[in-house]
Amino acid sequence: MAIADVKEYTHLTEDEVEQIGRELDGIRAEIEESRGAADAAYINRMIKVQRGLAAAGRVTLFASNRKPAWAAGTAMLGLAKILENMEIGHNVMHGQWDWMNDPEIHSSNWEWDTAQPAEQWKHSHNYIHHQFTNVLGYDNDIGYGILRMAREQKWHPYYLGQPVYNALLASLFQWGVALHDLDLERIRKGQKDPKVMKRQLRQIVRKGRNQILKDYVVYPALSGRNWKTTLTANATANLTRNLWAYVIIFCGHFPDGAMHFTEEEIEDETRAERYLRQILGAANFKGGPLLHILSGNLGFQIEHHLYPDLPSNRYAEISERVRALCDKYDIPYTTGPLYRQYGQALRTIIKLSVPNHWTSSNDPAPPERSDTADEPSRDRRRRSDEERPPRRVELGAWTRSRDERRHRDD
Amino acid sequence: MAAGTIPWERVRRAGSKLTTPLHPDDYLRLVNPLWTARELRGRVEKVVPETDDAATLVIRPGWGWHYEHRPGQYVGIGVQVDGRFQWRSYSVSSPPQRRGRTIAITVRAMPEGLLSTHLVSGLEPGTIVRLALPEGDFVLPDPPPERMLFLVGGSGVTPVMSMLRTLERRGALRAGGPDVVMHYSSPSAERMIFREELEALADRHDTFTLHQLHTDTDGMLELADPERGLDGLCPDWRDRELYACGPAPMLDAIEEHVEAHGDRDRLHLERFSLQLGGEGGEGGTISFRTSGKTIDVDGATTVLEAGEQAGVGMPFGCRMGICHTCTLTLVEGRVRDLRNGDEFGQPNEPVQTCVTAAVGDCVLDI
Repeated sequence: MAIADVKEYTHLTEDEVEQIGRELDGIRAEIEESRGAADAAYINRMIKVQRGLAAAGRVTLFASNRKPAWAAGTAMLGLAKILENMEIGHNVMHGQWDWMNDPEIHSSNWEWDTAQPAEQWKHSHNYIHHQFTNVLGYDNDIGYGILRMAREQKWHPYYLGQPVYNALLASLFQWGVALHDLDLERIRKGQKDPKVMKRQLRQIVRKGRNQILKDYVVYPALSGRNWKTTLTANATANLTRNLWAYVIIFCGHFPDGAMHFTEEEIEDETRAERYLRQILGAANFKGGPLLHILSGNLGFQIEHHLYPDLPSNRYAEISERVRALCDKYDIPYTTGPLYRQYGQALRTIIKLSVPNHWTSSNDPAPPERSDTADEPSRDRRRRSDEERPPRRVELGAWTRSRDERRHRDD
Repeated sequence: MAAGTIPWERVRRAGSKLTTPLHPDDYLRLVNPLWTARELRGRVEKVVPETDDAATLVIRPGWGWHYEHRPGQYVGIGVQVDGRFQWRSYSVSSPPQRRGRTIAITVRAMPEGLLSTHLVSGLEPGTIVRLALPEGDFVLPDPPPERMLFLVGGSGVTPVMSMLRTLERRGALRAGGPDVVMHYSSPSAERMIFREELEALADRHDTFTLHQLHTDTDGMLELADPERGLDGLCPDWRDRELYACGPAPMLDAIEEHVEAHGDRDRLHLERFSLQLGGEGGEGGTISFRTSGKTIDVDGATTVLEAGEQAGVGMPFGCRMGICHTCTLTLVEGRVRDLRNGDEFGQPNEPVQTCVTAAVGDCVLDI
């Protein structure tokens, strides 16, 4: 079920929604106020560790003919790529560290270690996905134009191959991401401006070429006689990063409980309603600090969607406060262990590869409010015109004749 | 040095094939913080106290620095305070040296100056700071003018010190060289930065005359006074190139006096403090440097809207301060964040154009 109105879905009054908005704004202000030297030290340390791992991995792989060196080098390089993409690149490009005023760690010029040019990522992800999160027809991250991830998306025999496309997407994830901003759906429908597409493709080719050269030509060549094993090591590191990033990202919006929205929701959406849509549209997963770092703190997907530009190392503390707020207002807060969240996403992929009536929906029941649970449920059907309060019809003084105005003034 | 630079540049460019999308410098700086030319950096080698509230920072710049600043120019220095880089500009007090290894800037702690206080009393030798290349038109021409008069107040002495040291180093202060008169006002002798060095300079060279004025005991310089004013101190001041640096009221008075009684074209001023435009400072003229467009706006129009009205291809995304797609570099001026009233106005500061409005005139890099 796609939600057309978050207020109605959560049984909240307008005042309550605004109050939630104010409380969430308050959390943001507090975190902004308290950003300081410790946070700056965190990201600098993370960058140091990541670059150290990358350098150590590359050097170790010069001896990649020895099995332990191959394993250690691959592990270090894969880890470095994961840290760079998840905890550093993604978050820096969101502007989480712009407050430091350090041009070397800044969203405007960060380029990450993956095939997609940063500029295109910032458009497809920071803008399209974060602005229109889970709104059908707007957010390209609902299936990335390849998969059918919502029951509202029309079925087509093409989707029977969905489990295969999914496996391909997982293993070639960086190239899938690289093509994301091209907007495959619009290309398919012939709506894409060919000039823009050419410009984007040229940018992707330039970046992708350097990435391929580095991992599959230059470093193998530098390894001399070990070129073959270095090449397999680099490919393995890239594959590991691809699979990991894919799993984490699929846990953000595809587990059961992460809801979709129709475009009616974003019409006249207030700031507070937008906050609610982000909470309802995202799913967290649980884990220890190391898991959260390796996943770029996207296990706090809800918090990330509420505050995409607050430093990721603060999401854990923010999540406790958001959770408490959700409990207070009986707003669903989706979370669970990583394996379960991914399992649910995978189940949806498989279920939606066939027409809707073959399968049942896993959408959770709409929330009940504990303080009103015993009251008879509110009538939620669409009201008729007679039942609605009359709309105000006055248009202003200019529509009244002079006599009428004079009469009014008396 | 120049011959050695080219192959080294080439090595680094070749190295970037190994480090793409990063630069080799991004890795090398983790070995030695000065081994990067991505952002100019320097290491504080020494902090030399000059007076109770002023100190000279001797800084060793890293890769990419050119030591050939012109005497009188200032440099930008960025220091991380509470995790955030704060930038200020200070005059270089050391003379330009082609083979130099360090530069010196002299800073006076201002009562409300967050950064100047930190620089004078909180900076440990070894701290890594960011630098911006020298800038400024308040410079000593080469060859120097034959007659000069320096009018200096307080910490305005620093660019002038760089000029004087340059003159001495080039041997220009010998007999027959340019004739230099300096008038230096400061609240008291103790507060006078470089007092001893200037006195020694005056002893060594007949062509350099130093007047000191301690304003706590002797009062301010009365420019128009026939005895204690310019005519009394330096009767031929109308025939000299005038260089004035110091607090804004002093510079205003000098400018007014020279306009009325002398040749304005011969007066060179260096203003330290920002001039705030108009009452409240809301709105102003926004210039877009690369596209060459300008527009007048009020204090409620965002920089993004202003750019779009002016026909600049502004980057934008959410238009509500979330996605940071619209971030641009503010070259000059101040902007205010309309959400919370925070102001941003440090040189070359990145700002979110969709939620900020101009506070006075601004220049953006697009």
